[in-house]
Amino acid sequence: MDIPLDQILIQTINGIVTGMILALVASGLTLIFGIMDVVNFAHGELLMLGAYVGVVTLGLTGNFWLALASATVLIGIFGALMYVVTLRPLLGRDPLTTILATFGMSLVLQNYALWQFGAVSRKISEPIVGHFNLFHLDYPWYRVAVALISAAIIGGFWLFLKFGTWGIWIRATTQDRVMAQAMGIPVPWVLAGVFAIGSGMAAASGVLFGPFGGVDATMGLNWILRAFIVVVVGGMGSLAGSVLAAILISLLEAYASLWVSPSQAIIVSFVVLILTLLVRPTGLFVATPK
Amino acid sequence: MSRAHPLAFWSVFVAAIVLLIVAPLVLPEFWRRFVTEVLIWGLLAMSSDLLIGYTGMISFGHSAFFGLGMYGAAAALLTTHPASLWAALLYGLIAAAAVAAVVAYFSTRLRDIYFAITTLIFSQIFYVIIFTSTAWTGGENGLNFDQPALAIPGLFSLEFTPKVLHWFVLAAVAGSYLLLRRITQSPFGMVLQSIRENEARTRAIGYPVERYKIVSVMLSGLFAGLAGVLYAIQNQFAAPDFVFFLISGQTVIYNVIGGVGTLVGPIVGAGFFLLLSEAFSRLFTAKYLDPIGLHALDGMSYLVPLGLIFILMVIFMPRGLLGFARRWLNR
Amino acid sequence: MMSASVTIAEGGDPLLQTRGEPLLAVAGIHTHYGKSHILHGVSLEVGRGEVVGLLGRNGVGKSTTLKAIAGLVHPTAGEVVFEGRSIGRLASHRVARLGIGYVPEDRRIFPLLTVLENLRTGLDRHGVDKAKRAELLDKVYAYFPILAERRNQRGGTLSGGEQQMLAIARAMTLEPKIVLLDEPTEGLMPRMVSQIAQIVGALHNEGVAVLLVEQNVPLTLKASRRVYFIEKGEVRHHAMASELHVDDPVIHQYLGV
Repeated sequence: MDIPLDQILIQTINGIVTGMILALVASGLTLIFGIMDVVNFAHGELLMLGAYVGVVTLGLTGNFWLALASATVLIGIFGALMYVVTLRPLLGRDPLTTILATFGMSLVLQNYALWQFGAVSRKISEPIVGHFNLFHLDYPWYRVAVALISAAIIGGFWLFLKFGTWGIWIRATTQDRVMAQAMGIPVPWVLAGVFAIGSGMAAASGVLFGPFGGVDATMGLNWILRAFIVVVVGGMGSLAGSVLAAILISLLEAYASLWVSPSQAIIVSFVVLILTLLVRPTGLFVATPK
Repeated sequence: MSRAHPLAFWSVFVAAIVLLIVAPLVLPEFWRRFVTEVLIWGLLAMSSDLLIGYTGMISFGHSAFFGLGMYGAAAALLTTHPASLWAALLYGLIAAAAVAAVVAYFSTRLRDIYFAITTLIFSQIFYVIIFTSTAWTGGENGLNFDQPALAIPGLFSLEFTPKVLHWFVLAAVAGSYLLLRRITQSPFGMVLQSIRENEARTRAIGYPVERYKIVSVMLSGLFAGLAGVLYAIQNQFAAPDFVFFLISGQTVIYNVIGGVGTLVGPIVGAGFFLLLSEAFSRLFTAKYLDPIGLHALDGMSYLVPLGLIFILMVIFMPRGLLGFARRWLNR
Repeated sequence: MMSASVTIAEGGDPLLQTRGEPLLAVAGIHTHYGKSHILHGVSLEVGRGEVVGLLGRNGVGKSTTLKAIAGLVHPTAGEVVFEGRSIGRLASHRVARLGIGYVPEDRRIFPLLTVLENLRTGLDRHGVDKAKRAELLDKVYAYFPILAERRNQRGGTLSGGEQQMLAIARAMTLEPKIVLLDEPTEGLMPRMVSQIAQIVGALHNEGVAVLLVEQNVPLTLKASRRVYFIEKGEVRHHAMASELHVDDPVIHQYLGV
C-alpha cells in the first residue's frame, strides 16, 4: 500500500507540532515529579482550565495573546494554591496519597468546569489566519506558530533553569531537597514556585491547542495519558527527555494515523511505553540508568 | 481474649448477612438495586484491596479486569443457547485471568509509580481496543443481551428475579470475602503483607517475591472479573465506559474511603460514596439550587462536593472509615 | 532570658564558667524517629569562635545532634538556643540563614551542579550584593585552590577529598558563625586528613566556631579546645582537649571497641 511522500511529510510536520504542545504539557509534569515526587493527575485539568480562561479572556478582550498570558498567570497561581492546600500536607507520606489527592482534584475540576461552562465545546479562534502552500495542500500558519511558541517557552524555561539564582535553587532542590534547605534555600517557596510554573505551562498549552479542537471539560483526559507516557519514556524529571519523547511519540502517532484511525493510533504510544518499561525503565533519553 | 474475637467477628458477620438477605424483601426496588450494585462495586474494590492493602501494590488496572469479566460474560450470554450462567462465569473469569496474567508479568518488573501508570495504560489499551472493534464488541454502544437463568441443567432452573439476583450476588460476594479472608490470613497472606512492609527484606529472607506478586495479581484479577460478570448479569449490557481508567480510579477511591487492608472496608467505602452521590445528586437539583442562585446540571455536579470530601478524607482520614478496625478485622 | 548553660558536674562546669553567653547552647534535647528514641537529653555548648569536638562510636547520636542543631530534625523536647534565640522549631533554611553552616556526613554536594553553582547556592543570598559575592568567592577559592581549578566541573565528578572541600567551602559561603562538621575525615586519605585539620584551624582564625563530630581522635584532640563524649544518645563526659591524650582510659571507654 503506497503512501505518497507528501502525506508522510505532512504527518511529520503535524507530529512535530503536536509534539511541541505535548512537550510543553509534559515538561510541567516532569518538573513537578522531579522536584517533589508528585504525580500530578490533575495536570490535564490545569490545561483544560487554562483553555477556558483563554476562552473567557478572548471573549472579553478579543486578544489571543492576552488570553494566552492571562491563562498562564492565573492558572499558575491557581496551581500553586492547589499545591499548598492539598499537596503540601501530604508530602511526607506514602506516594499513593498524592496520586489520590490529585486524582480527586481532577474529578472535582472536570465536573466544576462541566457545571460552570456547560457541555457544549467552546471555540478559540486562531490569532494567525492564513495558510501556506505545502505540497498542494494549504497548511495553516498557526500550526507552525504554535510549534515555535511552545519551543520558545520551553527554551526560555531551560535558560531560566541554567542561569539565574532561581534556576540554581530549583535544580539544587531537585537533586537534594534536604541539603538545599541546609544551604538556606527557601525550599517551601521553590516547591510552590515549580508547581506554579508547571501549571502555567499546562495552561499555556491549553490555550495554544484551543484552536485545533474545541475546548471542553474533558479535554484534559486526552492529554494526561499521553503526558504520562512522555514523562516515563523521556525519563522522570528530565526536561530534555520529555521534549524528545514528546516529539517521538507524536511523530509515531502521526505516522500511525496514516493507516489506522486517530483513536487507535494512541496504541502506538502505549506500545512505546511498554517497550521502554521493559528495556530501559528509567527513560529512553536518560544518559545513565540509575 | 482471643476466644472472644471469633465470636464477636462471626456475630457481626452473620448479622450483616442477615440484614443483606432481608434487604430485598423490605426495600423498594430502587434501593434494592442500589444495595446489589454496592455489593458488586464493593467486590471489585475488595479485589483491589488485596493488591493495595495487603501486597502494597497500587493498581489502576482494575477496570481492565472488571471490563473483561463483563465482556467475557457478554460473549457467553450471546453465544450460548439457552444463555448459560456458568458459561458466563467461565468466559468472564478466563478473560479476566488472561489480562491479569499480563499485568502480573509486569508487576514483577516494575515498582510503585511505574507499575501504577502501566496498569492505567493497560486499562486504556483495552478501552481503545474495545471501543474501536465495533464489529466484535459493539464499540461505543456496547452489547446487550438477555439474562441467563440460575440453572443447573437437568436439576433446576430459577429465573433471576431481582430478589434472586440479589441473593446470588450476595452469595458470590460473601463467599469471595470469606475466601479472601482465608487467603490473607494464611501463611501466603502473611508473606504478601511482609512484601508490603518491606519488599527488600522479604526477598533477603529468601521468599520468591515475584511469584507471590504474580499470584496476588491473578487472584485480584479473578475476583475483579467476577464482579464484572455479576454486573453484566444484573444489567444485561456491557459497555466500554466500564473499561475506562476512571473506573479504576473510582475503585481506588472506595478502597481509601473505606480503609485499605480491611477487605470489607472497600465495600463500606463503595456504599458510602454511592450513598453520598445519590444524596448529592438529589440535593443538587434546581429545586434546591435555584433559590440560592446556582444553576444545576443534570446531577453531574454532585461530584464536585463529593470529590472535595474525598480529598479531605485523604488528607485528614487516610486510614479510611474502617481503618480503626483494621487489626480487628485481620485477626 | 534563660541562659542554657550546661551543668554536668554539680556546682557548675568549671570549663564553661568564665566565658559568658555561649554562641550555641543545646539543652536536654530529645529526638525520635518514628517510635525510636534517638537522643535522650543531649546538652552541650559552643562559645564564639571556639572549636568543640564531639566524640563517640557509631550510632550513638552524633549526627542526629548536628541535624537537630541545623534544623533538619526537630527535637521533641529540650531547647536549641543560638545567639540567645530559640531555634528548635525553625525550618532549616531559616536556621542556615541565621548563620549555621552544616557539612553532612557523606558530603552531599549537589552532583549535577558545577562547583561554582554549588557555591552559588550559598552565595546567592538576599542581602549580599554582587561585589560581596565576588569577594566571598575569591576568599573561598583562596582557601581551596583546587575548587577554583574545577569551577565548571560537575560536583559529582570530583574525588572524595575534593567533594569534602566543596562541602566545607559551600557552607562557608553562608558566612556562618558556626560550622557543624560531621565526620569530615571519613574515607579520606591521611594526606587529606591534615588538610582538614588546617581548614578547621583557618576557620577558627577567622572567628568561626566549629562543632566537630569525629571518630578520628588525634585530629579532634589537636583541633578542639573542648571535647564532649556521647554515648547512647546522651553526653556522658566533658573535658578540655589539652587534658586528654590519645591513650586516655576515657577515650577507650567511649570510643573503644
